[in-house]
Amino acid sequence: MSQPVFAPWEVPEAEPLIRFESVSKTFGEFTAIDALSLDIFEREFFALLGPSGCGKTTMMRILAGFEAPTSGRILLDGQDIAPVPPNKRAVNMMFQSYALFPHLSVWDNIAFGLRREGMARDLLAARVDEMLRLTRLEKFARRKPHQISGGQKQRVALARSLAKAPKLLLLDEPLGALDKKLRQETQFELMDIQEKTGTTFVIVTHDQEEAMTVASRVAVMDEGKLIQVDTPDRIYEAPNSVYVADFIGNVNIIQCVVSPDDEDSRVRLEWGDGRTPLWAQGEFGAGRRLSLAIRPEKIQVSRRKPDGVANAVYGEIVDIAYLGNISTFHVRLRDGKMLKAQIANTRRISRRSFSWEDHVWLSWSDTAGILLER
Amino acid sequence: MRLSWFNTISLTLGFAFLYLPMVILVIYSFNESKLVTVWAGFSTKWYGELLKNEEFLDAAWVTIRVAAMSSTLATVLGTLAAYVLVRAGRFAGRTLFSGMIYAPLVMPEVITGLSLLLLFIGLDIDRGVMTIVLAHTTFSMCYVSVVVSSRLASFDTSLEEAALDLGASPFTAFFLVTLPIIAPAVIAGWLLAFTLSLDDLVIASFTTGPSATTLPIKIFSAVRLGVSPEINALSTLMIVVVTVGVIVASLVTKRAAVARAREELAVERS
Ligand SMILES: Nc1ncnc2c1ncn2[C@@H]1O[C@H](COP(=O)(O)OP(=O)(O)O)[C@@H](O)[C@H]1O
Ligand SMILES: [Mg+2]
Repeated sequence: MSQPVFAPWEVPEAEPLIRFESVSKTFGEFTAIDALSLDIFEREFFALLGPSGCGKTTMMRILAGFEAPTSGRILLDGQDIAPVPPNKRAVNMMFQSYALFPHLSVWDNIAFGLRREGMARDLLAARVDEMLRLTRLEKFARRKPHQISGGQKQRVALARSLAKAPKLLLLDEPLGALDKKLRQETQFELMDIQEKTGTTFVIVTHDQEEAMTVASRVAVMDEGKLIQVDTPDRIYEAPNSVYVADFIGNVNIIQCVVSPDDEDSRVRLEWGDGRTPLWAQGEFGAGRRLSLAIRPEKIQVSRRKPDGVANAVYGEIVDIAYLGNISTFHVRLRDGKMLKAQIANTRRISRRSFSWEDHVWLSWSDTAGILLER
Repeated sequence: MRLSWFNTISLTLGFAFLYLPMVILVIYSFNESKLVTVWAGFSTKWYGELLKNEEFLDAAWVTIRVAAMSSTLATVLGTLAAYVLVRAGRFAGRTLFSGMIYAPLVMPEVITGLSLLLLFIGLDIDRGVMTIVLAHTTFSMCYVSVVVSSRLASFDTSLEEAALDLGASPFTAFFLVTLPIIAPAVIAGWLLAFTLSLDDLVIASFTTGPSATTLPIKIFSAVRLGVSPEINALSTLMIVVVTVGVIVASLVTKRAAVARAREELAVERS
């Protein structure tokens, strides 16, 4: 029997763990969260992604109980959590600054929440030791926070917030202070821990790669609004707006107009070039002004015009960004428009087939691009 | 670094100006002779005399009790005031409140003393140890509040939020997280209040009654009958106590500052 796919958001009768019902938060005149509605399900690893200042931390602080929504309701397990103070919520938060208690040892930091529950001494010790094992901190139990490294601090903060086995764990840019390698390791560790404990995680990040790596679903935010909430692959392959397409990864945006002579499920597009029309999937009325979004890795580069490809445009390579595993070609088309194409470097660099000022054909299929409203 | 002759001289003059009178006092407290201005050899007999003098011992006991009680009270009130001022954000009357807390710092002592005296008379409270304690608390709590609020201003509020998040009530969070972290500032504030109370003459004179005489009052009245070597010995002891208090207070604050700097450095490095 195959493992059923984890996708409770597709089950109509599934009860969410958290439900935002048009929640708004204003600070004076400024609207930080704007009539936001959202369901998050049990065992999800949910990522909030967005530029700095778009309201991610504010959402977390509302969930943790440090801010009250100006309007709207938040339900946790079907219960309105507005009247519940932060110290009574089955929600724990891992702070962006870790907020470890400097006067307590690692062990006592982790035990802090359990002691507040009045847990029996032997149970408490067992639970703390379990957390230490889970986060591989056994050796540092007696140290004070200032005697351990950044990565270890981050794990203490995680262990401390997990110790109480909350229904919901909030992580506010938990890996922000780590360097790239440690960050990637920790991402996998987080996913592992999430799977082992079965806790629902909501993670805030402004790093799109991180969101794509860890999350079951990603919410892309802008100015207090949710722009798109979807699985990482759908966010990447089927963004619902230019904003999302542009925010996640690299993308070429071509402004175009739908021309009258379309085929079924395919439209012909007039664009700046004026000569070669482009083809893309979709059904739009003639005269509509749209943006065609194409990921650079979906564009092929060739010296000769390829046959039987829906779209092929001619241009000159003006720049090559060599990234080791891939190279990005910046190609100037005849009308001056720049397109990016990405190619995996499967050969050694000395045998690379294109260089600066080469004239090349860029081609892509009619399913490669996605048409978005302007 | 070597000091230029100019700097050396100004430093010497400055310190001489500040400490020469005290040094003379200390030296003459070890004088054998009963005449204060005539040196007749080294002796510690005046310290012995002092220990036999009931009046001085009583006054010392009153002073220590007053200082201990008023500094403890001032520390509690000053810490709470600082906490409210730093944490409560903006509330109606905040500016007025903070201004009023700091006013005693610049208020002439005579005015503070007089107004307290009028208050005690008005309320018909018997003047004695308790009234001095209240008076000392009033003027020393603002010093405590200044010391503690400067520490609280640099305190990371997410520590308190983390405590709440982990299930601590605001009350528990204060005692288990905030207080241990700001403890050095609170202790420094207590020591400051203690030494302030120890050497206060003006306010104590206004608010005391016949039943309670503090050391400064005792010394002041004794000196009016003439300076005795005994007074010198007593004053020397007070200088020692106050000096130790101030040094400990500054060491406590300095150690805490160093520890904090080290932590911040560690955070930055990681
Ligand atoms: N307590 C506050 N008072 C006023 N403005 C605030 C407050 N907290 C957050 N904001 C504003 O709300 C916006 C969203 O902040 P935040 O949620 O921290 O963004 P981010 O997505 O970077 O975490 C920012 O513009 C910030 O200035
Ligand atoms: Mg933030």
